[in-house]
Order: sequence, then C-alpha cells, then structure tokens
Amino acid sequence: MEDKILNINDKLIIAGRSFQSRLLIGTGKYNNFEETRTAVDASASEIVTVAIRRINLGQSSDEPSLLDFLPSKKFTYLPNTAGCYTSEEAIRTLYLARELLDGHNLVKLEVLGDPNTLYPNVVETINAAKILIADGFDVMVYTSDDPIIAKQLEDIGCCAIMPLASLIGSGMGILNPWNLQIIIENAGVPVIVDAGVGTASDAAIAMELGCDGVLMNTAIALAENPVLMASAMKKAIESGREAFIAGRMAKKPYSASPSSPVKGLIR
Amino acid sequence: MKIFINGSTKEFKGAKIAAPELVIYLNLDGKRFAIEKNGQIIPKSHLNGVYFNDGDKIEIIGAVGGG
Repeated sequence: MEDKILNINDKLIIAGRSFQSRLLIGTGKYNNFEETRTAVDASASEIVTVAIRRINLGQSSDEPSLLDFLPSKKFTYLPNTAGCYTSEEAIRTLYLARELLDGHNLVKLEVLGDPNTLYPNVVETINAAKILIADGFDVMVYTSDDPIIAKQLEDIGCCAIMPLASLIGSGMGILNPWNLQIIIENAGVPVIVDAGVGTASDAAIAMELGCDGVLMNTAIALAENPVLMASAMKKAIESGREAFIAGRMAKKPYSASPSSPVKGLIR
Repeated sequence: MKIFINGSTKEFKGAKIAAPELVIYLNLDGKRFAIEKNGQIIPKSHLNGVYFNDGDKIEIIGAVGGG
C-alpha cells in the first residue's frame, strides 16, 4: 500500500461508518448486564459484539435483555457467528441477526474449525464471506494470521480483516507480530486484531504494529476488575496508536548512545 | 397439535396457532427477537397472518453477550 500521512485524530472507518474509538469489545462472560454496560462505558468502545442464540422460552414479560443495556442509539452492534462450524450455519445466523436488528448489515463472520482450539476454518470462512457480501452484508472477518488468506478475504470484499493474536480466550497475547506486520502492510482495509489479547501491553503492541483497532472480550470480562481493565485497554489502545503515528526510534542493537552530553564531564 | 420451538416440544389445542398469539403466549410481546419457521425467516412485518401447524419447527432467537 502507498504511504499515507497519518494523524492522531484520524477516525476508524469501516465500510463507510466512522468511529472515534479503536477498541471493539465483546459482551460475553460478564456477571450481569450492569457490569457489561459499566465496562463498555469505561472502555469508551463504540462497537460491541453480540452473539445470536435461541431465546429463553420461560422468560417473564419484564425480563431485561442485553440490547436494553446497550441501546442502538449509542452503540454499533456487531453480531457474530461464534459457535458456527460451517458456512451454512454462519450464513443462517447472520440472516437471523439482520432480521433481529432491523436490517443492520455490519457483521462479524467467524467460522470455527475445531472445538478445542477454536481456530478458524478459513475455507468455510471464505465461502461464507462471498455469499454474505453478494447479499449486501458488510463483513468484518475473523481469520488466522496467514497473510495470503488475509489478502484473499480483502479481495473478495471483506470490509475489515481481523486476524487472531492467539487463540480465542487464551490471553496469550500476540504470538506472531511478524505475520501481523505483513498483513498490515498489504492491507487496503482496516486490520483489527481479534482474539488472544490478555492485558493492556498486548493491545498497545498491536497498535504499535500499525493495527487499526483491537477487538477483545475475555481480557476485560475475566479480569479481576473488569471495569478497571476496560479503562486500561482504552489507554493502551490510545497510547499504542500515538506511538505508531509518532514513529519509534530505530533499534540499534549492541550500540549504546548516551542521552547526556559527553563533553564537560567533571574530571 | 405439537410444534417444536427452539428444540422443545409444545402442545396446543386446535389445529394451528397464529404467530402473534404464540408471541404473547411466550411473553415476547414488545421484545426484540427474530423467528424462523421450518428454516425460513418470517419478517416481523409479516407475522400477522402466519400460522404454525402440527410438526412445524420454529426457532426464536435474540442477542446475548458474546465476543
């Protein structure tokens, strides 16, 4: 890609939608909806992922729902296909999501390949993405950190490429910064690291590499203090982005350079 | 007659039940959900006039927390 002059005030643009925050967060694994909302507010995230599941049939007429706590006027929903292992399941889920959310077409596609590692099945993912894009969906796609697959997903029309940092929910951080770097350098659409971030420094590293954003869930929800971790992640994303735009100094292996003057030493 | 909702069997008197009637029966009136009948989505605007008959498989979904 050609070099662009970056500005710290640049917004994150995904399929023509504009966002101030580069932190996208999941809403799973919280203790209750109040905690979810408080953490989302502390993160200052504007995009929240939601899962699509069978509704509880035994519910009372005043039972609260997640969407009541995260109103669509304030947040952009990103319905996901978590738990889908075939392109058919993923497509069916997102058609239902579009009906549920009154025609909302921005979605997170993930097609899993294995229940133990939750590693993506990129063949099924590509098949599903083609069909969804042809039917008018804006597809943000979860994928492996394979640069060739990432480019193929962009070429078929995905609006954001979301490679894993490490396995979903593992908190192992960024295992292959070199591959992420290749994906970022080749990409003409936003690259958002999705899955595997464990703590604030992981998020900062992703942003320092030049990622356009980071999507996370477990790192916040399963922190001992989720609300404080949400705030830490917000700062990490911002500082990582600032450091990337500032441009880090060149690494000079084995060549120290004093920061203080070498002249005028007291002898 | 029996219909299958989200994998459970529900029995109703009569030969069919109207979709809006089922929505009220399940306390879902005014809530956000989407319905599939035998694999086909029924748009909210078309719920009036849809009936469920013996053996129909119905999925009713909503949004929950997820990452």
